[in-house]
Amino acid sequence: MNKADLADALSEANGLTKTEAKVIVDTFFNEMVETLARGERVEIRGFCSFYVKQYKPYVGRNPKTGETVQISPKKLPYFKCGKELKERVDY
Amino acid sequence: MALTKADIINTVQADEGLTKQQSTDIIETLIEIIKSTLQSGEDVLISGFGKFCIRDKNERKGRNPATGDDLMLAPRRVVTFKCSGKLRDRIN
Repeated sequence: MNKADLADALSEANGLTKTEAKVIVDTFFNEMVETLARGERVEIRGFCSFYVKQYKPYVGRNPKTGETVQISPKKLPYFKCGKELKERVDY
Repeated sequence: MALTKADIINTVQADEGLTKQQSTDIIETLIEIIKSTLQSGEDVLISGFGKFCIRDKNERKGRNPATGDDLMLAPRRVVTFKCSGKLRDRIN
């Protein structure tokens, strides 16, 4: 399922027009992006939470050629699955 | 301060000129659609944000970190997240 499918499913479920549903889906994810870009946490109970994790620089290796490469410090969003989602997905 | 569901509901309410109840219902529905899609075993790809993937994990040996006892972890199905390049660039 992609973002367009999600907007379609939302418009069908809530009687919104496809355009309205698309705007709302965009707002939902944009809010999360903006929050993470400021380095803040996102916490949606029952779904998931994200925080920005700082990674230190390290010397890595290109697995194909074996060459060593310097990996610069970076930040990545760290995803934690919410309790309800975790239980529903597991068999 | 962490962004919560209530914050998103408020933003949607203000942007779309909806009532609090309407925007709450819409956001709850949206989250429920994502959750039931993942529950059905289908991945959810959000361009510009990332991909929520369903992964099957095999049974493996683990250890109770508190007691040090060996134990077997049952096979399970989990959700993982792959960050999009766009989101990574925004964060850095």
